[in-house]
Amino acid sequence: MGALDLSFFNRELITNFLWNGFVFSVELTLVAMAGGILLGTLLALMRLSDRSWIALPAAAYVNTMRSIPLVMVILWFFLLIPFLTGRPMGAEWSAVITFTAFEAAYYSEIMRAGIQSVSRDQVHAGNALGLTYAQTMRLVILPQAFRNMLPVLLSQTIILFQDTSLVYAIGAYDLLRGFSTAGRNFNRPVEAYLLAAVVYFVISFSLSSAVKQLQARIAIAR
Amino acid sequence: MQFRWEWEVFLRDTGGGETYLDWMISAWGWTLTVSACSWVVAVLAGSVVGTLRTTPSAWLGRLANAWVELFRNVPLLVQIFIWYHVIPSLYKPLQEVPSFILVVLALGFFTSARIAEQVRAGIQSLPRGQREAGLAMGLTLAQTYRFVLLPMAFRIVIPPLTSESMNIIKNSAVAFAVSISELTMFAMQAQEETSRGIEVYLAVTGLYMATAFAVNRVMAFFEARLRVPGYVGSDH
Repeated sequence: MGALDLSFFNRELITNFLWNGFVFSVELTLVAMAGGILLGTLLALMRLSDRSWIALPAAAYVNTMRSIPLVMVILWFFLLIPFLTGRPMGAEWSAVITFTAFEAAYYSEIMRAGIQSVSRDQVHAGNALGLTYAQTMRLVILPQAFRNMLPVLLSQTIILFQDTSLVYAIGAYDLLRGFSTAGRNFNRPVEAYLLAAVVYFVISFSLSSAVKQLQARIAIAR
Repeated sequence: MQFRWEWEVFLRDTGGGETYLDWMISAWGWTLTVSACSWVVAVLAGSVVGTLRTTPSAWLGRLANAWVELFRNVPLLVQIFIWYHVIPSLYKPLQEVPSFILVVLALGFFTSARIAEQVRAGIQSLPRGQREAGLAMGLTLAQTYRFVLLPMAFRIVIPPLTSESMNIIKNSAVAFAVSISELTMFAMQAQEETSRGIEVYLAVTGLYMATAFAVNRVMAFFEARLRVPGYVGSDH
């Protein structure tokens, strides 16, 4: 059994290999979260519409995204975006678009549950006060739906953060790619992958512990 | 820009005496095999770990908790790399093991953390009186689990198992990273070799969706057969 040699892990390694990848993973997560929640909320509102020509396309989009492996979705976008726009697009930008579009489907399911968790009487109350549909949604329903679902939305974001490692498939330079490149350059893949696992674990575990605490606090406030 | 379908691409020879269609079918077989084997590993490990989390033993519970947190907080792709690059070099006998087995263990254990959560929730959803009744009748703890708690818990756990089973098929796509010749690997290589990415991806995506749908139907059948009368979703 070969002993682990972590001596290559120093400041230089972090600045040369890991930092850029880490920053990209975080950026990708945050942009896809913001865009995904926004798009997902729109999709959820569409799905809850009484008009089938609005509800059906949204349902089809969400169900399609949810039934395809994420890696295939990443490959699809990487192939289709240059094909449709006629211009090549870097793996990083392609990843940002893909994750926003993909996560929107998952966030929309959460927001749909959130909207449905708000009592129907509140819609009626909004209507009775003379609010338009848009006002009722924006001022009354969505803030409560968002608040009720906050822990679930954040849990989904932790999953999203872990899933960003799949941009490996199109060669984008993320945290995992940083570790694997460093491991190859220093010929220490074993240590590099172990460290990658530790870093992902520490980030995900501390975030999910924080979400658990938040959940407990929200539950008491209610 | 003018696009013309070229489905004939599947009849082209790969250069190895078989067509791309043949290759895709065998890749589908690998996807199904990896998924099925991982499912068995996941259900076995997940049931044991999930059950341990409900036993009165504190340290067994902590051990099971650690298992769940460990496999849930590291991305699947990283776990596959760990099984493929790290574990065999730390434990030499595993170097002889084909990468297929390593991927099955990786995907199986990854999924076992999720299944353990479902099993734990299933057992804890049973009225406390069932455990107490079992123990009061003189059954040992093991017997109480074997004859009272687990038979009920498993029937409750089937619906969430359906979605995990569909997830396993989707997650098996990550095996491309260690060169298992499954559907996603096929899609990437055939796209590169033929430049007919759209046809190739459409076919592969279709196979994934068809497989997930088939699994969904099979699980729905078991769900209906194993439903516990008197519980939500039961007709009786």
